[in-house]
Amino acid sequence: MRHFLFELKEGLLIALRAIRANKIRSALTMLGIFIGITVVVLMSTAIKGIDNSFQKGISALGTDVLYIDKWAWFTNQEWWKLRNRRNIDMEDFEKFKELAKLPLAVAPVTSSRQIIKYKDRRVDDVVLNGSNADYVKTTNFTFDQGRFYSEIESNASRQVAVLGSEVAKNLFPRGDALDKTIKIGGANFKVVGVLDEQGSSILGSYNPDNQAFIPIGTIFKNFISHHRQSVTINVRAQNPAMIEETKAEAIGVMRKVRGLKYDEENDFTVNQQEALMEQYNSVVGVIKIAGLFITGLSLFVGAIGIMNIMFVSVRERTREIGIRKAIGAKKRTILAQFLLESSTICLVGGAVGLLAAVLLSMVVDQFIPTSVQIDAVVIAFVVALLTGVLSGLAPAYMAAKLDPVESLRYE
Amino acid sequence: MNIINIEHITKVYEVGLEKVHALRDVSLRIDKNEYVAIMGPSGSGKSTLMNMLGCLDTPTSGIYDFKGESVSTMTDNDLAKIRNKEIGFVFQTFNLLPRSDALHNVELPLVYAGMSYSERREKAKHALIDVGLGDRMHHKPNELSGGQRQRVAVARALVTQPSIILADEPTGNLDSKTGEEIMGLFQELHEKGNTIILVTHEEYIAEHAARIIRLRDGLVEKDERVESRKVLKVNSATE
Repeated sequence: MRHFLFELKEGLLIALRAIRANKIRSALTMLGIFIGITVVVLMSTAIKGIDNSFQKGISALGTDVLYIDKWAWFTNQEWWKLRNRRNIDMEDFEKFKELAKLPLAVAPVTSSRQIIKYKDRRVDDVVLNGSNADYVKTTNFTFDQGRFYSEIESNASRQVAVLGSEVAKNLFPRGDALDKTIKIGGANFKVVGVLDEQGSSILGSYNPDNQAFIPIGTIFKNFISHHRQSVTINVRAQNPAMIEETKAEAIGVMRKVRGLKYDEENDFTVNQQEALMEQYNSVVGVIKIAGLFITGLSLFVGAIGIMNIMFVSVRERTREIGIRKAIGAKKRTILAQFLLESSTICLVGGAVGLLAAVLLSMVVDQFIPTSVQIDAVVIAFVVALLTGVLSGLAPAYMAAKLDPVESLRYE
Repeated sequence: MNIINIEHITKVYEVGLEKVHALRDVSLRIDKNEYVAIMGPSGSGKSTLMNMLGCLDTPTSGIYDFKGESVSTMTDNDLAKIRNKEIGFVFQTFNLLPRSDALHNVELPLVYAGMSYSERREKAKHALIDVGLGDRMHHKPNELSGGQRQRVAVARALVTQPSIILADEPTGNLDSKTGEEIMGLFQELHEKGNTIILVTHEEYIAEHAARIIRLRDGLVEKDERVESRKVLKVNSATE
């Protein structure tokens, strides 16, 4: 063992000396690995960043919430079939609420896009949600200021509004939104609450931060005719473990509410976060694999470069190998020497590549929230080392099995 | 006590479809503290014999015992171990590592023997001092003269205290004066009790040895004591 450590140290010294002796060649070879490691690390970090922001984004939807809707989030049915479904109206909602026993909370939701103004400030294209006071129980909202509108305000269809954090920030840069009167699509509303920051930018206008919330009666009164637009029923299970039971009950109750016969298909869809997750995984999964494969190719090209250079190096140093063998170097000593050389090249290239990836990820961070995690660092080093060993294996083996007599004669 | 015992060894190389008999039937014994020269014209098989003696190659048939151990059946690893511990090579073209200084070149066999850094440094320094290069330890081979390079090679051969020193045309690349100096060095080593095997095709070099084995066409032609041995006045290598 001690023996082997000495040989290892000697091998490392030889490797460093050989790398220094051919500076330009070594640098160019390292460049291949450098580029490979940089893009692989950057790619995997970017993928992770997208994953994280998606996760964070959809966590606002809640794992324990069902969305009963005329429309399906994802479907393989023809869109016109869904369009021909009857709208879900407030009457359906009232009946559903009465019959469904399992949910923690149910709330009807309908929405409209509106302009919101306060004095000379305005926010265009805000998703304005109308619901009842129970709506807040179907979410995980927390409040920066004020509260959600009450049952009384909701039942009386008062002109009150709760603002998402981004909307509030745009209208009230100084954060004094509470009790101010704003104009939504021309009508006056009193601000009763402002939400904390909730979601993530990946959801765009579906992010609660970019939305506003008013009583459902108020939205019908001011903006939407209730015959025209279907409502969504948000159903929250008592806990995430109850989601399947709650869903089964919801389907049964809904069929009853809609008066469906046993052989009729559902004319509604129960959507949930899981479906979104599955869809995401099936789309992004392919992109991930393709991305890593393509970036992996550049690493592969780098590895071929190393293998090529190592073959040249063995050829050039045939005589040296002969001398070493004559004075007692074993096969494994020569093998280790060349593997160390290729691994050192890869590790140095990998380390520089990693550094570049960290710097570049700070740039990417401006668009997708990313940061190089410790596991990416470990993986990068393992990959670099593995590349070094694998690409050095064939040349090192060739060197190790050289005949000492032949190689001493080699000019 | 004999170190080398060879009985009826042959070596056949296949060159294309043709078989070349480099050694046909060679038997010889070399005892401890002998000074032997192996002579012969090119093609006589002396290089092959020397590779065999040096455990760089194994015979096609026959017996080769080195200090009682059968070399013919050894694995590559065992051969490497024997070369490392028992044999010191000196080559015509020096065969030093060009990028390493004299000290590191001398130290190298000890690295492969697994000796600790401080111990092997010490031994390598002593070996260099012994061949008169105490002041050239950190010179690279291209900063040394031919004679000095060969001295480094001799120091490298000596440093493991091997059972035999195997020198292949050690003066072939040197002018006659420098060659003479190297031969003086060998004579000194012999007097200190080392066993030396010299391969050469030059009569006047071979005459430094006490015994000459002449090869021709892969056979031992003559094995004789040297009557009028050339003994140099040794004025110690340390000039």
